Amino acid sequence: MTPISLEAMAASVPDGALLALPPDNSLPSVALAKALIRRGARNLRLLGVPVSGFATDILIGAGCVASVQTSAVSLGEAGFAPRFTAALKAGKITIQDATCPAIHTMLQASEKGVPFMPLRGLIGSDILANRPDWRVVESPFGTGEKIVLLPALNPDVAAFHGVMADSHGNIYVGRRRECATLAHASKRALVTVERVIEANFLEDERMAPGTINATYISAFAIAARGARPAALLDEYGFDADYVATYARAAKTDAGFADWCAEHVFESQAVAAE
Amino acid sequence: MNYRPEELLAVTLAKLIRAVPTAHIAVGAASPIPAAACWLVVKQGDPVRLSLLHKRSGNPFTEGTRELFDLTGQGRIDLFFLGGGEIDGQANLNLIGTGGWPGREVRFPGSFGSAFMYFMAGRTILFREEHSPRVLVKQVANISAPGISEAGVFRRGHAQALVTGRCVFAFHPDRGRFSLASVHPGETVQSIRDMTGFDFDVDGDVPETTPPTDAELALLRSTICDEMLETYPDFCARVFNRKQAA
Repeated sequence: MTPISLEAMAASVPDGALLALPPDNSLPSVALAKALIRRGARNLRLLGVPVSGFATDILIGAGCVASVQTSAVSLGEAGFAPRFTAALKAGKITIQDATCPAIHTMLQASEKGVPFMPLRGLIGSDILANRPDWRVVESPFGTGEKIVLLPALNPDVAAFHGVMADSHGNIYVGRRRECATLAHASKRALVTVERVIEANFLEDERMAPGTINATYISAFAIAARGARPAALLDEYGFDADYVATYARAAKTDAGFADWCAEHVFESQAVAAE
Repeated sequence: MNYRPEELLAVTLAKLIRAVPTAHIAVGAASPIPAAACWLVVKQGDPVRLSLLHKRSGNPFTEGTRELFDLTGQGRIDLFFLGGGEIDGQANLNLIGTGGWPGREVRFPGSFGSAFMYFMAGRTILFREEHSPRVLVKQVANISAPGISEAGVFRRGHAQALVTGRCVFAFHPDRGRFSLASVHPGETVQSIRDMTGFDFDVDGDVPETTPPTDAELALLRSTICDEMLETYPDFCARVFNRKQAA
């Protein structure tokens, strides 16, 4: 398995796809999000696994998104996600609210190949009241317990940023095993990595538990610092200043457009030279 | 006053943690004051296990972000912290927004894990610094997570207390109401009533919240700040006047 280019990866994500993205603490591919903006992606349906962060906000700001299913959209210490908030208010996107373990459970149902799974909690929440696709049943085991059933969720594309790929296309994500669940549950997994290593991680007992088998990986691309401004395991930390600067700029449409021109389009032109 | 309001709140939360036997606490994302309270309990010698969700190095979970919820579902998390854009007198939490669904007036970030954790943790301490009629409302506009549940719904725990920048309320799930447990220095029962949108009970004389001791302050400003610097750099800079080394 050989890497493809980042732009080719972005081109392979069709408009309208259900695209699952992990949040800022969980290896987002911000590089791919920026490439999707450059390719002018439209009507993406984003899934926050289980919440949404920086990558989601810039995709919304650039007009790439029709809807978001998530348990929260936030920039962490930098506060509310400004483009999400503005787009929702303007009616440019719709949101389907969930709660974190519900998203995990729906993906785990796909992972297991079963049509639905139960989850406790939720009853009495308006989240449930606004989810006609979620059902309350009485336990068939005779305890009388009311419990919610959640349908399996099978994203068209999962995108995240791993540390490295090996010669066979296995991807190392360390302890961020939610990326593995996401890859297992999705039709295609597109992964950016810092680098490619001549090795087979699955032959290495210390690497194998943090590795996603290439079986689940559709393509990978090299994108150095591809999680930035999010952190990448012990490779690099969260760039709080970058996000704070973004949060200030993206308060207005014009501020976001300027930020986008500089950080999504110009920086790519420099990198390509 | 030789302490900051955040330090009073951390010390107050720590006392509520120690009031009930607690083996394992999980602390979520935007919770620096609850995190400081948990570290205080640990540094004072209580054998409590802390699972800090957003700690980058040494994150406790190796099975992915679902592991916290699986643990809590099993009953292995004794205490969790939640807040809300709105909290009402029945301890319902709104993290969705005001106005009609899904927050047509002011949209908040969203519910995170609250609609599960509030039911399944052994107990929850509610925490919100802002204590005003717009936050503490008679009835929340949208329920992310309900304060009490109907019969037939599995529920392991409820709110233990609500700690704000002005007072401590205790929650009584049997009657679905808060009572005023203590008022912070400078506040009175009447000033709390004036700033609270919901009705609450007052049982007898309400004491003043006990201020931090010198020993507690020393711990907060030294070893606890050290522990928190990586996860909460802005908070440590603001409250403890300490910047992370570049």
